[in-house]
Amino acid sequence: MKWLLGLAARSAWNRRLTLGMTLVAVALSVTLLLGVERVRNEARNSFALSVSGTDLVVGARTSAVQLMLYAVFRLGEASNNIRWQSYQAIAADPAVAWTIPLSLGDSHSGLPVLGTTAAYFEHFRYGDGQPLRFAAGVPFAGLFETVLGAEVAERLGYRLGDRIVISHGMGDSGLAEHDDKPFTVVGILARTGTPVDRTLHISLQAIEAIHLDWAGGAPLPGLSIPAEHVRKFDLQPKEITAALIGLKSRAAVFRLQRKINNHPGEPLLAVLPGVALDQLWQMVGFAERTLLAVSAMVLVVGLAGLVAVILASLGERRRELAILRSVGASPRELFFLLSAEALFVTLLGAAVGVALLTLLTVALAPLVQAHFGLALSTHWLTGDELKLLAAVVVAGLVASLVPGYSAYRLSLADGLTPRL
Amino acid sequence: MPAALIRIENLRFRWADDADFCLDIPFFEAQAGERIFLHGPSGSGKSTLLGLLGGVLVPERGRLQLLGNELTQLRPAARDRFRADHVGFLFQLFNLIPYLSVVDNVLLSCRFSARRLARATATGNSPTGEAQRLLTQLDLDPALHARQVTRLSVGQQQRVAAARALIGQPEIVIADEPTSALDAERQGSFLELLRDECERSGSTLLFVSHDRRLASGFDRELSLDMLGSAGVAGDRR
Repeated sequence: MKWLLGLAARSAWNRRLTLGMTLVAVALSVTLLLGVERVRNEARNSFALSVSGTDLVVGARTSAVQLMLYAVFRLGEASNNIRWQSYQAIAADPAVAWTIPLSLGDSHSGLPVLGTTAAYFEHFRYGDGQPLRFAAGVPFAGLFETVLGAEVAERLGYRLGDRIVISHGMGDSGLAEHDDKPFTVVGILARTGTPVDRTLHISLQAIEAIHLDWAGGAPLPGLSIPAEHVRKFDLQPKEITAALIGLKSRAAVFRLQRKINNHPGEPLLAVLPGVALDQLWQMVGFAERTLLAVSAMVLVVGLAGLVAVILASLGERRRELAILRSVGASPRELFFLLSAEALFVTLLGAAVGVALLTLLTVALAPLVQAHFGLALSTHWLTGDELKLLAAVVVAGLVASLVPGYSAYRLSLADGLTPRL
Repeated sequence: MPAALIRIENLRFRWADDADFCLDIPFFEAQAGERIFLHGPSGSGKSTLLGLLGGVLVPERGRLQLLGNELTQLRPAARDRFRADHVGFLFQLFNLIPYLSVVDNVLLSCRFSARRLARATATGNSPTGEAQRLLTQLDLDPALHARQVTRLSVGQQQRVAAARALIGQPEIVIADEPTSALDAERQGSFLELLRDECERSGSTLLFVSHDRRLASGFDRELSLDMLGSAGVAGDRR
């Protein structure tokens, strides 16, 4: 048996070019399959870990998913704001322990600028309830001060004391600049692996201040209020985009949710982050399952190619099989010989695929982090990935039976003298 | 008088139930150490007979005994083992496995038969040593032993194949037109080497060829047509 395995390996080596090409195909399909699975899991994780400890997310009435997207993930834009009075009313509810107001809409180099209060640095939690930590500096205290997410500072190379200008609106280019009122970097947060990393934080008053001399998305012509004079104006915000609410006791969550949803002043929506995240994931889930199905199909194509190549070689190898038969090989041993070859290529392909995946993860992790905010960790294979890999091997085993069976049939029909 | 090494009685074979018999041998016997020339033009059921003797085909009726074992009574796996242990085959062309070395090609016979491995090493030689001894005996220059088999000439390849058939001293060596690809001069010398080696190892040699001119030097000459009285000598191959 061991010798037959050696023979299979030497025979395969003899046809290393064609088998090598199919091995590459199998390896790439394994990389794709495991890669999709890995990105899927990381995305799900970073989704679930992006906010924790918050009992309710409140915004203008829209869909729960939409609210989560802009309030937590800073994706897309809010259709409506909520009034400051409404926010005050909610914050005053006796069941509420803390609130974090969020005001979105401006950006810097395509990254979102968030107006908030000191409560953000005190109460915001992510992951398993970790608080935000400062890698450097302190929370903003002055009007034109900003605290940067870890990635903002890293990608744009900002350090404490740097001065930056905020753009009006969201987008990458072509935006009007609030260049008359630059901000000073006073703090840089430690990395969290959440959208916080991609956010620039300023105070709610600063948001008001930079928009004092603006109307309808553009500076008012002829009106320019210099930075040193803005403090004379009332900087109390009139509107915010959304708010995160923490309760004294979780037991009150449904009562308060109902109360907010029935708020008399304006239509509001309060969602439980866990429930909304599940909804969101279900929507994304369809796409990711489709992606997984497609990569499974690619694997099937790879294995079919492998079977085809080995079957094609069988024609040239009839003489070889007859020789082995003449020295005493049984049809069963020839079955084993051919199956071993297919399985051998599958296993090697799977191994190369895993190696390639690891290499790609290491090489692309910074890029993925920068563009999608997704932290690809370079861990060893997870349980799910191992299951998938086992499925690959089983599929390879099934596929390998095809050339094995052909060799078996051929050796019975040919006997010692192949018909050529 | 020892039992016949090969004994065939009333053997009939056909490829399909509704086809004519392509082989029909009332009686045939070969003694140990005999060197038999079997004249068989193509289409005389030659490869069918080889398949039957090798145990890869089973006759429809009749007896087929090798070394006193009734092949028709053995299970397919046992017939495979029997072939590995007791029969060495030598074919017309392309006898070698291209990706194995010369010595590994010779040792192929020992890989499938512990008995032949034991007999090959009984002299105290290592398997490789025995393979090299046989190759040298068959006039293959030791310098060629390490060469890739695909780079050997046809005559050299046939010597390697002969060494494979002979290693481990099988009781029966069956050669199917092994010289047809060689020129006349080399045919003679190859035959002589083959016969000598069979004699040395005490193997019975069954030499099948369509070329009667090669028959001299054998103990017996038989014709497959005469041997069998096949109504239609139709070998489907």
